Amino acid sequence: MEKSPVLVAAVTLTGLIVLGFALPDWAQFLMTIALAKGLVSLGIVAGMRCGVVSFGQGLYFCLGAYTAGLMSRWTGVTDVFLLTFLSVIVAGGVGVIFGPLLSRYRGIFFAMLSLSLSMILFGALAKTTSLGGTDGVNVAAPTFAGYAPEGGALATALYLFIVTVTVIIGTVMRIVFDSQSGLVSLAVRSNELRVEYLGSSANGIVAVSYVIAAILGGVGGVVTALAIGHVDPEYAFWTTSGEFVFVAILAGYLSIPAVFVASIVLEVVRSFSNLYFPNTWQLVLGVFLLVVILVRPDGIGSIKLWRRRESAGAAEPSA
Amino acid sequence: MNKYLKAALGGVAALATSVALTTAAAAEEFKVGIVTFLSGGAAESFGVPAWNGGQLLIKMMNEGALPAPYDQKGFGGLEIAPLVIDEAGGATKQVQEFRNLVQRENVDAVLGYVSSGDCLAVPPVAEELKAFLILYDCGTPRVFEEASYNYVFRTAAHAAMDNISLAKYIQSRGIEVSSFAGVNQDYAWGQDSWADFVASMGHLMPDAEQKTALFPKIFAGQYGTEISAVMRARPALLHSSLWGGDLQAFMLQSTARGIHERMRIALAAGDHVIPQLGQKMPNGIILGARGVNGLAAKARGGELTDLLWDAYIKEYGVFPVQAPFRMWQGLLGLKTAVEKAMAANGGKKPNADELAAAMTGLSWEAPSGTITMALGGGHQAIQPNAIGVTKWDEGSGQMTLDDVEYYDAECVNPPDGVKAVDWIKAGFPGAKC
Repeated sequence: MEKSPVLVAAVTLTGLIVLGFALPDWAQFLMTIALAKGLVSLGIVAGMRCGVVSFGQGLYFCLGAYTAGLMSRWTGVTDVFLLTFLSVIVAGGVGVIFGPLLSRYRGIFFAMLSLSLSMILFGALAKTTSLGGTDGVNVAAPTFAGYAPEGGALATALYLFIVTVTVIIGTVMRIVFDSQSGLVSLAVRSNELRVEYLGSSANGIVAVSYVIAAILGGVGGVVTALAIGHVDPEYAFWTTSGEFVFVAILAGYLSIPAVFVASIVLEVVRSFSNLYFPNTWQLVLGVFLLVVILVRPDGIGSIKLWRRRESAGAAEPSA
Repeated sequence: MNKYLKAALGGVAALATSVALTTAAAAEEFKVGIVTFLSGGAAESFGVPAWNGGQLLIKMMNEGALPAPYDQKGFGGLEIAPLVIDEAGGATKQVQEFRNLVQRENVDAVLGYVSSGDCLAVPPVAEELKAFLILYDCGTPRVFEEASYNYVFRTAAHAAMDNISLAKYIQSRGIEVSSFAGVNQDYAWGQDSWADFVASMGHLMPDAEQKTALFPKIFAGQYGTEISAVMRARPALLHSSLWGGDLQAFMLQSTARGIHERMRIALAAGDHVIPQLGQKMPNGIILGARGVNGLAAKARGGELTDLLWDAYIKEYGVFPVQAPFRMWQGLLGLKTAVEKAMAANGGKKPNADELAAAMTGLSWEAPSGTITMALGGGHQAIQPNAIGVTKWDEGSGQMTLDDVEYYDAECVNPPDGVKAVDWIKAGFPGAKC
């Protein structure tokens, strides 16, 4: 039975909002960060559907974050909707410039080239002492169309914002993935030559997916920066990009909710391993990844429950 | 059936007792979140020695083994319960972990942060959560120069005094410096250190010519190119704020090429690599330790210093360098503040507001000298500093610090309300030396 994506989105959104009020403060914050970072990983998943993995999503994550940080610093704009819109313009604009260039490469060349672009931004920011250099700059607390909450209310408002954004983007991506061009991108993954013979441009599809990923990276960056309250060049560093790839691999490309679940799982595992194994938390994280890769080589999105939802065309960012 | 019921009831009773016990214990505990590097590049030189020193001091405080005025057990009778977190992973992660410490683990105070980036990112969150936070190590002056906080304090002087003292020492010792060059890491700490040193030299020794300034990237590990460039430039003095593995590598690679025989070397924060390098650290290196820490503190002595020095060597088989000294002054400051707040509120465990009120403008004695919360409206410490010259002691087979000069806190730190960089540029107005 086909379920309407909009209906599923509405149910999911309600569920997540209720969940947000039930969660303790720290868990609500963890969810905010996990969903924001999940958006960036969803961009990588869009690329993975065409068979390319971007190792440089930190570039757009960082652009989005710095857009938020510098706009509030220079112009005093703190409105979350405006900041998000601006970072979409900035990240999307840069994505449009690099997309056509990168779309001519595949595999390791695509990965390395995208990585190098993000490291250029890292290097430039680290050298720019007027922007705080490696120490970065603080980001002012956001406002919501005139509403300026503080403390717990601010955290909750940001949570509601990211939940809404996540569900909307998840639903749109579901529709995009199920559309004709979205399905052709899977064909690019399996056999690019045939796609070209059938009259579609494989490079064009890769470029479009790259621009989508850039926009998602920008949105993830802006929300993370506002939630954390600080941006530094580390946002564009390769380890940050690596984390997004990690989540994308953990999730696999089969399911959208799986991406956000993977992101939440990663944050939870990291948070608790850091507390209980302060000296060996990286080891715990590594073992966890290894186990997932060994048990679920196609990611947690390949678990049957989500596959059925995938075929039903649902977008539910959380189990 | 009855048996199961009994077992279940027993279980519930045991659980209730244990819950009651933990709450009873929690009432007499003061939970401190400690955040420092346990992994990564800054672990060996800063994080691990600091936490070693911290564990040792907390144990001694809980046993009541310190001399007056620190002779009360724990913090004013409250047992200190530390909870340590690794600082590795970047500012984003640290903000999350800080929230977890405050909101999930309900710590009464957090003491931590070596990285300047973390020290800039975490304070706004502490302010938002109204959580008491002590920054114990990081160097950037920006924390209280660009913002002001109610619940955030730094118990160590910021980095400006390191390079001011170094320049003053070079001038006072009549060391011939016709020219100087620098090798500093290419990130905020290295860039700021070099800028402070150049500005200080510009005032104290205006005739000294500035030669090449090199910025290898952090954790580079290989310095062949930089060493060649410096040797070609032939400065009379080489300044460096390198630290940790970078400094060890630089010293090993440059001294093998005889750099220390061609020019004087001045290291702004170099004391902490002596235990690793031993005799490979040549004689005659001008050395700071970001305060009267390590060998400079030992040279001056004192009851508390000697007690902690000996205990540290006994426990870890190596002498304490600068990092444990900064941890100690942070913990002793926290102890003083908690006990002051408890004296004011009738002996209850103080909340963040009471702690902040007690800590503002506080002054206390530490193994590194008198610490005074003089800057940033009583939130940023100043402390005395010391510079000396390395000298290998054949008799004891140990490195010592020779010809040590001690600087009063107000001699090498700016007055309140003046930015460090402006103070240096203005020629240290109001310095009390």
